[in-house]
Amino acid sequence: MYIIVVGGGKVGFYLTSALLNEGHEVLILEKDPARCGAICEELGSVVVRGDGCEARTQADVGTERADMLIAVTDEDEDNLVACQVAKHMFKVPRTIARINNPKNEALFKKLGIDVTVSSTNFILEHIQEQVPTHPLVHLLTLGGGALEVVEVRIPPNSPVVGKRVRDITFPPDSVICLMVGRWEAKVPTPDTILEAEAQVIAVTRPEAEGALRAALTG
Amino acid sequence: MNIVIMGCGRVGAQLAALFDEDGHKVTILDTESYSFRRLPSSFKGTALIGDGTDADYLKRAGIEEADAFIAVTQGDNRNVMAAQIAKHIFNVPKVVCRIYDPLREELYHALGLETISPTTIGAQLLRDKVVG
Repeated sequence: MYIIVVGGGKVGFYLTSALLNEGHEVLILEKDPARCGAICEELGSVVVRGDGCEARTQADVGTERADMLIAVTDEDEDNLVACQVAKHMFKVPRTIARINNPKNEALFKKLGIDVTVSSTNFILEHIQEQVPTHPLVHLLTLGGGALEVVEVRIPPNSPVVGKRVRDITFPPDSVICLMVGRWEAKVPTPDTILEAEAQVIAVTRPEAEGALRAALTG
Repeated sequence: MNIVIMGCGRVGAQLAALFDEDGHKVTILDTESYSFRRLPSSFKGTALIGDGTDADYLKRAGIEEADAFIAVTQGDNRNVMAAQIAKHIFNVPKVVCRIYDPLREELYHALGLETISPTTIGAQLLRDKVVG
């Protein structure tokens, strides 16, 4: 694949070297001449000096034949514009934007960016995973944020301990798809009994998250 | 009209003063309080410190009740992003966006934003001064 990376900072640099290792044709667009020199020295001639948000720069590097453009500067607005220019002027099939402000995730989706990667959210989620007291952990978002996969740990004093799945009232569009107990992991049936300290993997809607947590943890 | 202006540079400040004189309710946003020195002492509108590419600051500036939003910061991309938030998230009826780069202006104009490129207009005006 021909992949254009906008922004030759740390993320752009390591991303490019990983993509090159996978055998892709990669090109970095970077404004700063000193950064360009440093990248060129490390990775060879894979960098072009220029503003990746400019249509002219994108035209110069053959963006119309790119399979993917990934914008990873540390400014959200620059990443948005680089992706929009690629998508609308050069019909790049897949555009990926790094975002710093997690609130921009929904906006970028709405404005047609195919994939957004939020490093802030990644770090937050990992912190949640590592903090055992947290009652509900986000594992994955599906369908552009319409559904999410979460993990809930059933506390020993929860009212659902010892109950069958069929006897628990779940919020709409919420379902338990896996229960990891002390001895085994299983896909629950309506007759599965919930154990204390079990980890439950569930699918839910973001707006039903609070109700699901309440239903499972009391 | 309720008008929100993002960017209190020379253009933003003068624009705010004009609307204010005409009796409109103006809120002007800038990330630096120092920029507000450009507003005339007679300015009766609101000056607010904040980033217009952040929906929360736009809400604080009253974007939900705004009749018009104008983005005139120094950054084309910031203007483009804020204008798209105003138009697509808050459904502001009139959104105008300054874009220096003529190519970028063409693109966002084609995508439905109301745009002005001072570069194009300035160059034409200067040419007309010389040969017109």
